[in-house]
Amino acid sequence: MTSSQDQGNEFYALTVNGMRHQVQDAWVGESLLYVLRERLGLPGTKGACEQGECGSCTVVMDGEAVCACLVMAATAVDADIVTVEGLSTDGEPTDVQRSFVDAGGVQCGFCTPGLIVAVHALLERNSSPSELEIREAISGNICRCTGYGRIFEAVRQARDTRQQGAQ
Amino acid sequence: MTVVNATSIDEVVDALRRLPQARLLQGGTDVMVEINLNRAGAGDVIALRQVSELRRWYVDEESRTLHLGAGVPYAELERSPLCNLLPALAEAARTVGSPQIRAAGSLGGNLGTCSPAGDGLPVLSAYDAMVHLRNADGSRQMSIHDFMVGVKRNASAADELITGISMQLTRGFQGYAKVGTRNAMVISVASACLVHDSERGSIRVAFGAVAPTIVRARNAEAWLAENVELVGAIDVSGRLAREFGERAATECTPIDDHRSTAAYRRHAVSVLAERLLLRAATPNTTGNRAS
Repeated sequence: MTSSQDQGNEFYALTVNGMRHQVQDAWVGESLLYVLRERLGLPGTKGACEQGECGSCTVVMDGEAVCACLVMAATAVDADIVTVEGLSTDGEPTDVQRSFVDAGGVQCGFCTPGLIVAVHALLERNSSPSELEIREAISGNICRCTGYGRIFEAVRQARDTRQQGAQ
Repeated sequence: MTVVNATSIDEVVDALRRLPQARLLQGGTDVMVEINLNRAGAGDVIALRQVSELRRWYVDEESRTLHLGAGVPYAELERSPLCNLLPALAEAARTVGSPQIRAAGSLGGNLGTCSPAGDGLPVLSAYDAMVHLRNADGSRQMSIHDFMVGVKRNASAADELITGISMQLTRGFQGYAKVGTRNAMVISVASACLVHDSERGSIRVAFGAVAPTIVRARNAEAWLAENVELVGAIDVSGRLAREFGERAATECTPIDDHRSTAAYRRHAVSVLAERLLLRAATPNTTGNRAS
């Protein structure tokens, strides 16, 4: 058991995108969303509603897509956290990122990182999601620009491309 | 503010003894929303994330009782094998928030918050589940019906942790239905769970979001038992199912609020109860038979 207090000199460490990061002099009640953006310099994860409704802050924690705004960072010291910045291993856009661009699934772009993370989590779990499974998987990610049609198309493209690659 | 990262139930109850005002943090879907909105109001927190004991479940084959850790996330309830053992709970889990919320949220949180709109609670009521509690002095269990005492109020003491839920496995149809403004990310306007125990011959129906706490429609259940043979497959007419729904709805005390009106909610639960009973009576429906 460990305790963290906001005495100023306490710190904890988080594992983000395979790297150990020290979080120092932070208020212990801060959300993972806030810590990623403001303390660790990882602004790819977006913040909007801060109540788990919009999905903009979706990250993968121990293999599951979660809302970073609902995770208290100081409690995630044992977790393996992957943000949108950590999806690509070679600095090039991932297949899902490319399909979003190709299908026109990006307009203002604010919801995009959360959606990209959610779709990666979906395809990791289920390599051939049905239409309903796609809709259900991104039902927690709100987009106010696209009307979703091109986002669904991007997910289908990513799914089909992976399946062709696997054959 | 102190945050305790407990790693066992013993550590949690020990921390609760020292910090009885502390809030328990499991998935964060309620507590973190409040802390994000009101930093200053955040007191001490005991985090349950690393307490793996709370994420276990097992079936006692002798008594056909399923013991579910309070921290098992909804995402696990909606997947195999739990969805085959507790189909109605799986259906309810699938209506909770979004995949992100279901990966974090749990029945322990639902019980701790004890909102009348908690999606899992009508199912636990229809299962006649037992709630398991522990403090530094020992453990106890109580019926779900005694546990839920009012709007966001439950019968646990300040130093107690909800460790789990247990329920008897049944054979026969069980189903859950919820009314909201869309399929995802909504707090229910009204919800219903119906469980047919085809061995013992009973049908149990519970409603959410239509009273200060979950309602069991016991008068309608008794009326049904008088009019229909409930052991084995059941046979009900459309007219009887409608009367069952109407009778059950009279046992609710809904209110008008920003999400809906009392009249609509009463009508909705009547339709949901009727529909679930018809599903229970029709073989080969999309409904579920617990195995």
